Amino acid sequence: MSFKKSLIWAAILVLGVVSFAMVALNRGESVNAAWLLIASVCVYLIAYRFYGLFIANRVLGVNSTRQTPAYRRNDGLDYVPTNRYVLYGHHFAAIAGAGPLVGPVLAAQMGYLPGTLWILAGVVFAGAVQDMTVLFLSTRRDGRSLGDMIRSEMGPTAGSIAGIGVLLICVIVLAVLALVVVTALKNSPWGTFTVACTIPIAFIMGAYGRYVRPGRIGEMSLIGAVLLVAALIYGRSVSESATLAPLFTLSGPTLAVLIIGYGFVASVLPVWLLLAPRDYLSTFLKIGALVLLAVGVIIVRPYLQMPAITRFIDGSGPVWPGNLFPFLFITIACGAVSGWHSLISSGTTPKMIENENQIAFIGYGGMLTESFVAIMAMIGASVIHPGVYFAMNSGAGVIGTTAAHAAEVVSGWGFTVTPDMLTQMARDVGENSILSRTGGAPTLAVGMATIFSGFLGGRALMGVWYHFAILFEALFILTTVDAGTRVCRFMIQDLVGNAIPAFKETRSWANNLVGSALACGLWGYLLFAGVVDPYGGIWTMWPLFGATNQMLAAIALTFCTVVLFKMKRERYAWVTGVPSAWLVICTVTAGLEKVLSANPKVGFLSHARQFTDAVAAGHVLAPAKSLGEMRRVIVNDYIDATLAALAVAIVLTVVVYAIASIRKARSAPRNTAIEIGGPVAVAGHD
Amino acid sequence: MTRVKAAWGWAVQTARLMVGVPDYETYVAHRRQHHPGQPIMSYVEFFRERQHARYACERGRLRGCC
Repeated sequence: MSFKKSLIWAAILVLGVVSFAMVALNRGESVNAAWLLIASVCVYLIAYRFYGLFIANRVLGVNSTRQTPAYRRNDGLDYVPTNRYVLYGHHFAAIAGAGPLVGPVLAAQMGYLPGTLWILAGVVFAGAVQDMTVLFLSTRRDGRSLGDMIRSEMGPTAGSIAGIGVLLICVIVLAVLALVVVTALKNSPWGTFTVACTIPIAFIMGAYGRYVRPGRIGEMSLIGAVLLVAALIYGRSVSESATLAPLFTLSGPTLAVLIIGYGFVASVLPVWLLLAPRDYLSTFLKIGALVLLAVGVIIVRPYLQMPAITRFIDGSGPVWPGNLFPFLFITIACGAVSGWHSLISSGTTPKMIENENQIAFIGYGGMLTESFVAIMAMIGASVIHPGVYFAMNSGAGVIGTTAAHAAEVVSGWGFTVTPDMLTQMARDVGENSILSRTGGAPTLAVGMATIFSGFLGGRALMGVWYHFAILFEALFILTTVDAGTRVCRFMIQDLVGNAIPAFKETRSWANNLVGSALACGLWGYLLFAGVVDPYGGIWTMWPLFGATNQMLAAIALTFCTVVLFKMKRERYAWVTGVPSAWLVICTVTAGLEKVLSANPKVGFLSHARQFTDAVAAGHVLAPAKSLGEMRRVIVNDYIDATLAALAVAIVLTVVVYAIASIRKARSAPRNTAIEIGGPVAVAGHD
Repeated sequence: MTRVKAAWGWAVQTARLMVGVPDYETYVAHRRQHHPGQPIMSYVEFFRERQHARYACERGRLRGCC
């Protein structure tokens, strides 16, 4: 490295350390969000240059003379050599979703510091490593999927178990994300109207792109965007209209039923009519909103009102139950490390990469950007008043349903807030109430509205910005719901098809209807249970979601470690082995605590026992209001305990298979990894 | 001016690929070069094929959620 370059890196290091000191050591005064942003960017630059490239060059041994699948199997469709910046955009759009926006908001109950540290450490040592390594391994195997690769490198049983794990996480993800939408939209006519409008808007776009001007994505998206903005602005009038507002003021259970029905219909309709046009809108809206948020944070440079560390670091918080370890590390899943990305990294991206020497940029770099989104979500949650934050994120069973009572409870926790502040905030954002809007999305929307209105439109536009943020989150969650239902349906057809071969035929309408109904039934049941859950749903279900998502990451990283051993690169196996071990420890501890903990706030079984005893004695325990509700809580406890136990069993089985594969690989005299292709003169070499 | 045009071209290409539609010109060039004399899909056929393929999970295309 030249002297000049060393100097630049030294300057970045110093800037990063100084910013970090400002963030971490400042006590008493509020910290400017800009320091957090600068500190993170410095971490990303240094991590990419010194760790990401080290992994690519030393650990994986990328070979720029080796032909990639994009050239070897070039078909102009799936396999296409693609410019690295274009591919980076594609990859980022594919991995970015609701996860990194919601997790950090929930984690803010412990203060912004613990979550931020985990986001940064997690992405550098686990998340980005996973994305890049899986991308590398898939690129060397013609772009095959994670499941396929596990099957061929670790055996068919390990592959099938990982497949069941993917189905499990898919069902839980859909339920939890749909729950986030329900809590954001319940009793919110403005939000419900705007989100409902996206369905007819998608039909118009779909018909335009199918018949009027086929294939004009830009024109379709423009039409959609204009209609969407119109719906967003008209939404305020709807919410103020005496006749229209009641039509769109829906309760949680009603919304849940509507979303389940929507998921079913959307997954059997032709894709061009609903799914694809919504996908266009949600993708472009997502990228646009994230860019706007980054610009907003940089221009406004808000102060963080949330303390660095709150009293809830002891595990007694109202947003989600459990201690810092292991629960913080599963609450922030995406943004630090997300198992889902291993599916993307072994999906479309490896089929388009031009050269192995771009794997670090796309795999490691793409995940760093995702982590940056998580940091912005953390900032969004921390710029609003902590009292407002806790009033929004605590269940009605904890803080009651009136502003006066909520303010009293939250102030009692040491976050002084007046009932006026809560009602004023609700008025500012155009809602009847902001109490118990759990799930992270509404909190982030308030944060984003606060930041956006700081440089565009002031307080008058806060309601529009709030609903814009809700719309953007709901839109891509609902796109996930119909795409995810199709994925679930396919996996169910595949699984059931082993017993009834005729069920595997995916072109049969009857099969698809039954498959979709089964898929929607699975996630719909969990969603409905979450919606009627007197604890507010997120409290119960988010830890389950985080644990299963991290479970998938643990499986992916374990698989990467196995392949490093098979490649005879065990010297470097710690690079994936250590984060893999950490995730196994986190998910297994969290899973076991969820099942077995004697504390009824954390353990599902002890909670069920507490409620069973109370039912036997004829008592009604808060927050349940009747014996019927109590019984429902008990049933859900047992279901959730089963799911958590299943996740633990899956992780442990994969680990056992991995150890067996590693022992076999170590006793083999040479490289036993099953790769495709080898070094040849390649066209994309630079 | 050519630079602005090139940057715009990249932006459009990136946006299209984000929603699963790769570059049509590249596809046509590929067919001409490697499969001369064989049929080439029109843009509309190409667009529909790609749109369908993006959501066809039965061909091993799992899409992420978060």
